[in-house]
Amino acid sequence: MARNPQLNRHGELQHLLTTEGLPREVITRILDTAEPFTVVAEREVKKLPLLRGKSVFNLFFENSTRTRTTFEIAAKRLSADVINLNIATSSTNKGETLLDTVDNLAAMQADMFVVRHASSGAPYLIAQHLEATGRDHIHVINAGDGRHAHPTQGLLDMYTIRHYKSDFTQLSVAIIGDILHSRVARSQIHALTTLGVPDLRAIAPKTLLPADIERLGCRVFHDMREGLRGVDVVMMLRLQNERMEGSLLPSSQEYFKFFGLTEEKLALAKPDAIVLHPGPMNRGVEIDSAVADGRQAVILPQVTFGIAVRMAVMAMLAGGNA
Amino acid sequence: MSLPDAEKLLLDLADRMRPHVTPDTALVGLHTGGVWLAERLHGLLGLAQSPGSLDVSFYRDDYAKRGLSRDTRSSALPFEVEGGHLILVDDVLHTGRTIRAALNELFDYGRPARVELAVLIDRGGRELPVAPTYCAATLELPSGSRIKLAREADTLSLRLVQE
Repeated sequence: MARNPQLNRHGELQHLLTTEGLPREVITRILDTAEPFTVVAEREVKKLPLLRGKSVFNLFFENSTRTRTTFEIAAKRLSADVINLNIATSSTNKGETLLDTVDNLAAMQADMFVVRHASSGAPYLIAQHLEATGRDHIHVINAGDGRHAHPTQGLLDMYTIRHYKSDFTQLSVAIIGDILHSRVARSQIHALTTLGVPDLRAIAPKTLLPADIERLGCRVFHDMREGLRGVDVVMMLRLQNERMEGSLLPSSQEYFKFFGLTEEKLALAKPDAIVLHPGPMNRGVEIDSAVADGRQAVILPQVTFGIAVRMAVMAMLAGGNA
Repeated sequence: MSLPDAEKLLLDLADRMRPHVTPDTALVGLHTGGVWLAERLHGLLGLAQSPGSLDVSFYRDDYAKRGLSRDTRSSALPFEVEGGHLILVDDVLHTGRTIRAALNELFDYGRPARVELAVLIDRGGRELPVAPTYCAATLELPSGSRIKLAREADTLSLRLVQE
């Protein structure tokens, strides 16, 4: 059997590429490690010396201000030097290949690459290339690739759920929205099933569901009211506006009517259900403002926890290689 | 070898510290044994400030070699570090590297007026210029072994561990 490309010979995290196939104890260890990092954020001096002298390259082949910023803050709080490269606007436009870009940055003594790419599998390709060329001291974190995975988002969602709900094996969780195009949904589904969530529901119109979704362990609902009944956790997805242009959806008003989360629909979930959203939100499209700003929303804590989770991942990758 | 009684050492350590503490002195226990000791010393010395706790994993100098320890806990200092009189508390003083890490972490919370060090046992083998302010016992240990503080039903005891 092929070795899990994310783990080294000792079963420790070498790269973070996807939550799929990540062993339960590794996920749990990331969440446990994140906990003390949340305390650091409340201190006067928010920096720790763990990545002192290390260079973290944020390689963003696709624009994203928010994700890039949270990785940047996480790396800086660990005392790393952070170099941001928006390659959407640079050398690949001049014709350089992905791996040539990586080789050049590796020659600048990079220690870690945080990669966002529109093509599924790009971070895996980079990790494989680094290992094939004997540079396995350089670590890769997937910050979102195509429709494939966004593991740190999935993990920070797990941290958030555990913070409010503790035991995954007792939970009903609903993921709602554009699951077809969502790397966030895939990372959530793999993490939730690995952590033992017994009731996982996918709620979406037929046009926004991947064909094999049941095989991932989800029960499918096309009626949001039916799907929300009795759930503990409501995970909303962003509806990417560009999907409206195709023939997948009639209009955003129509979408909101059937799949937008309103107080009235949320009332069907458990009274203490929490509402997550990976941001940025489209108010009035997938979520009503009354819910987004309501007492059940944990959307801003997700952002804060996200920094601690990213710090934990970076600290676990960078240590123990000397 | 026979190890001293931890409970007796604890009372002795409290006696040594008593003349030098004020009600505002704050104890900072180092995980895990130091935290247990700080809790007990807090009662014995009648201090007003609740003791703090430090897990120095994020400041250890062997992180690059050994990575993060598996059970890193949150540090908690429930008092103002700036300008305070603090006493670091640990069970065993050996190389001094843990104390170096603890001092670095402490200063990320503020600039204390004075920091002292209280340990139950000084086993020698220092690799850094660190000395305890208060120490209940010094002990020669056979190489390849270390002592560990254990707690059962609030009673402390010392155990010899072969490495």
